[in-house]
Amino acid sequence: MAQTMVQVNNVFKSYWRDTMEIPVLRSISFDIPEGEFVALMGPSGSGKTTLLNLLAGIDRPTQGNVTVAGSQISGLSDSSLARWRHDNIGFIFQFYNLIPVLTAFENVELPLLLTKLSKAERKKQVELALGIVGLADRMKHYPNQLSGGQEQRVAIARAIVTDPNVILADEPTGDLDKKSAEDIMELLSQLNAQYKKTIVMVTHDPRAAEKAHIIRRLDKGELVNGDGAR
Amino acid sequence: MKFFKLTFRNAGRHKLRTALTVLGMAIAVMAFAVIRTAIEAWYSQASASSPNRLVANNNVSIIFTLPISYQSKIAAVPGVTSVAHAQWFGGVYVDPKNFFPKFAIEAEPYLAMYPEFSLPPDQKEAFLKERNAAIVGRKLADRFGWQVGDQVRITGDIFPGDWDFVIRGIYTGMKDNTDEGSWLFHYQYIDERMRQESPGRAGQVGWFMIQIDDPTKAAEISGTIDALFKNSAAETKTQTEEAFALSFIAMSGSIIVGMQIISVMVIAIILLVLANTMAMTARERTSEYAVLKTLGFSAGKIVALIFGESLFIAILGGALGIALTFPIVGLMKVAMSAFFSAFPLPPLTFILAGSSAILVGILAALFPASKAMRTSIVDGLRVID
Ligand SMILES: Nc1ncnc2c1ncn2[C@@H]1O[C@H](COP(=O)(O)OP(=O)(O)O)[C@@H](O)[C@H]1O
Ligand SMILES: [Mg+2]
Repeated sequence: MAQTMVQVNNVFKSYWRDTMEIPVLRSISFDIPEGEFVALMGPSGSGKTTLLNLLAGIDRPTQGNVTVAGSQISGLSDSSLARWRHDNIGFIFQFYNLIPVLTAFENVELPLLLTKLSKAERKKQVELALGIVGLADRMKHYPNQLSGGQEQRVAIARAIVTDPNVILADEPTGDLDKKSAEDIMELLSQLNAQYKKTIVMVTHDPRAAEKAHIIRRLDKGELVNGDGAR
Repeated sequence: MKFFKLTFRNAGRHKLRTALTVLGMAIAVMAFAVIRTAIEAWYSQASASSPNRLVANNNVSIIFTLPISYQSKIAAVPGVTSVAHAQWFGGVYVDPKNFFPKFAIEAEPYLAMYPEFSLPPDQKEAFLKERNAAIVGRKLADRFGWQVGDQVRITGDIFPGDWDFVIRGIYTGMKDNTDEGSWLFHYQYIDERMRQESPGRAGQVGWFMIQIDDPTKAAEISGTIDALFKNSAAETKTQTEEAFALSFIAMSGSIIVGMQIISVMVIAIILLVLANTMAMTARERTSEYAVLKTLGFSAGKIVALIFGESLFIAILGGALGIALTFPIVGLMKVAMSAFFSAFPLPPLTFILAGSSAILVGILAALFPASKAMRTSIVDGLRVID
């Protein structure tokens, strides 16, 4: 049996606006085995992004524990958490969030600047990642010289360049046309199948969700289907 | 790529905004340096004086005179090696704009007391022989294109009437800050005319220059001299030449304070400008900073990025401003040589200008950096730009 990559244990999350508590996630518990591809679905405002952020260690649960790749991340300090994110998580945003003043190559290289890799090693790694996403010929292009689909592929290259344990994607196809969306889904499937990446993807799109092995649904901050099998 | 490449790329993102901020910074730093140079010029005037020279003038004010008869009494004071009297002449050469100081002096002892005025012996001899001869500083001569032998008419104001002179010598300064902008001539020339036209003003001098043998006794000798004329109609006030020069600066003291305030305000204004630029910049990049944090960059790295950009703009502007200072001070030298003998550009001026630029760079980044540090990733990502 595969190891558990993600373990969410009775997690609650609330936001506070002034003194008003806004409960967002309630009593969430689930596991994700290593190498799985999970789609997280649910209506707008149901807490999908919030949950993904907790898995990514960019936000902290109000209550409960999140364990990813063997680290109980709720217990880490801000700076160890930053380091941990770098080593374990590849994050893909809906709006790509590339740095507009950096080329495709430089955007992908960014996370590697936090490693001890030499310039030549970084170059090799970046070229490999851009090769996987099929953009080896666009390395010198700036984000505004790329299509939305290409930008998202650069963002995926940036997410995988550090060879993370888990890839988290928040509506990665939400802003793309049908064709580009299909390409991105193909790429994510490939990363899962060929490179054995554990993937958690938030999506609205049922066709995108089809590529996943497990679909989990959130509604008003609660998981609705028990075992999550599709 | 180095992470700090991002600093420069970011600075280049809004080229016009960055260029304007750099330019504003440059102008402010230049203004700061130029104002300080003007203040320095004032003080350098005073520091050109010799510790061996005292000045005795009317205790009421420098514009009141002293009887020439004091001279022998002062000369008799122990420690005094020589005394020469002098008088401010005023007067206009062609146009009041052509201002330069003119002194009626007791030539021989006066020049002996000023070894830093270097005058060729033949010119000195010619000057001493002739009643209406004058000598002028090198800079002054250059300003009006005067040569030895030129006839020059000055229209008097304090001493009314036309005064015709012949330039018999051009002196140069032995030191950098020696005054080369004065016009010196014989006291006898005005005194003779005063005897005839307004006898009440004859035999009056502006001040006495007093040479002493031991600068450490300056205070004691000054006290002795002033005591001599205590309770007389014209009491004296004796002080070192430097203190005398500084008392002129004290007269313009409020101007200097005003200038100092302006120089600080210029820096404060540019601080606001750069702080505004940096606040705008950091606000626009809120989501980018959140992305960098998501990728694993620490808050410290983000802070460094913001400080880097702010310092980059500040230092670029500061360097440009310092570079601009030289030609501007050059122009000032030409335009104001009548008033100031030297425009020193001491390292301190540049150290102050440079460090205020750096300080501005740091202060301008403080607020945006602390904000970027405090903004959580989640909040940063929710900002859509
Ligand atoms: N940083 C925040 N501060 C306050 N409320 C938030 C914050 N993030 C999300 N929320 C609220 O939490 C709920 C769930 O948001 P989110 O997780 O973004 O939902 P989804 O991604 O499923 O659309 C929404 O009601 C949203 O307004
Ligand atoms: Mg969402």
